[in-house]
Amino acid sequence: MMTDDEIHDVEIRLLLEGIHQVYGYDFRDYAEASIRRRLSHWLAESPYANFSEAQAHLLRERPLFEALLAGITVNVTEMFRDPLFFKAVREQVVPFLKTYPFVKIWHAGCATGEEAYSMAILLHEEGLAGRYRMYATDINESVLQHAAEGVLSIGDMQRFTRNYQKSGGKRSFADYYTARYDRAILAAELRKDIVFAPHNLAVDAEFGEMHVVLCRNVMIYFKAALKERCLRLFDDSLLPGGFLCLGMKENLERRMPSERYTEIAPGTRIYRKHYDRTA
Amino acid sequence: MTALPKFRAVVIGVSSGGVQALSALLGTLPADFALPILIVQHIGPDAGDGLARLLDSQSPLHVKEADEMEQPAPGHVYLAPPNYHLLVEPDGHLALSADLPVSYARPSVDVLFESAAEAFGPALIGIILTGANHDGSRGLAHIKARGGLAIVQDPADAEAPQMPLAAIAALAASSVDHVVALAALPALLVTLTHRGTCHGQ
Repeated sequence: MMTDDEIHDVEIRLLLEGIHQVYGYDFRDYAEASIRRRLSHWLAESPYANFSEAQAHLLRERPLFEALLAGITVNVTEMFRDPLFFKAVREQVVPFLKTYPFVKIWHAGCATGEEAYSMAILLHEEGLAGRYRMYATDINESVLQHAAEGVLSIGDMQRFTRNYQKSGGKRSFADYYTARYDRAILAAELRKDIVFAPHNLAVDAEFGEMHVVLCRNVMIYFKAALKERCLRLFDDSLLPGGFLCLGMKENLERRMPSERYTEIAPGTRIYRKHYDRTA
Repeated sequence: MTALPKFRAVVIGVSSGGVQALSALLGTLPADFALPILIVQHIGPDAGDGLARLLDSQSPLHVKEADEMEQPAPGHVYLAPPNYHLLVEPDGHLALSADLPVSYARPSVDVLFESAAEAFGPALIGIILTGANHDGSRGLAHIKARGGLAIVQDPADAEAPQMPLAAIAALAASSVDHVVALAALPALLVTLTHRGTCHGQ
């Protein structure tokens, strides 16, 4: 006889198979330990005793599934997460971006938008306001809505201010938001050049002719095959001389397009795409 | 006599006082220690990889920060990177996550222990060392529930006794397998894993 834990494992596998067949979302391509944690967290907050019971409802009631989807695809982020990464963008990527009349940026897996707004602040300070468009995408439409509102929790501002200062910020971070009760409302001018749009890295197509692609701490949740697909999408999206920005614990070593990319400085996880020498 | 279980990995959770404790433990284990060791040491988000490099210089084992999708190898020690949770996939590969802190901690001991228990079941040794909070208690109970072995540093021997005390309390029903002083831990691990040349056999 199987233990409860073993049956729980079976139930999760059956549910993911069912979700794929009914709704077309394939979470079997996600790293298992994290998706299990998120599913177990959802179950604990739900009225169901186990996934067998929940599955009967999840496969028949679309709104319930949408709520599950919103719960298990939320990635967590913050303003200027990894300040040294943003410092490297400011000092080593922006000088190249300034040489273009107009810059296109794809921020894949933007979640609640904090890093997209961080990038907007940086570009504004570097004089690129009005000279770029940022496509900020995510699989999760409810976080996109949240991102487009540009409202943060006031309790996070102290930490975000510290991050901003460490990243080489040139002004006072308080210039970029208005405090209202427990919320910090980001300046509307930051949102002007950002287009928030749904995009599923597992099935949707590339964004053409980008100068920068950011995808940080998103692929860490994917298995190898889905990672490869993402890297192919990013490679197809980037112009020669463009920049691919990954999370601090992600790298291109031994990965598919690595021979066409060079890290701009060790440990930055910013990779520049080579110009085609045969052209 | 029942055969000793064949262990596949050791997981360690440690917080305040951890740098000295890990330095003493990893400095004493033999270079041919038979299992990979996965460690969550509570650490600030911008700490960098200095701790891994320090411990690597002090230990005959190879100490490094865990990379995503890395296959853990015997004689290697993997530290959770600052600002990431470290997890074990069901197939034994390492995984990282940037999900919310658990009990204010990222990396969190519970997150590592619970995922490792699911991956390794009875083939896992879980160890709680010095620390001034409760992280790891739930995880250690999870390891016991899946048939693994639980070791806790003797609270009287720990620089900060709260984490060992909380782990012992959380396991009350199933009980900790070994409560040991830090100095006795290397020999215990070598005995449990049946290989190595610690203290000449």
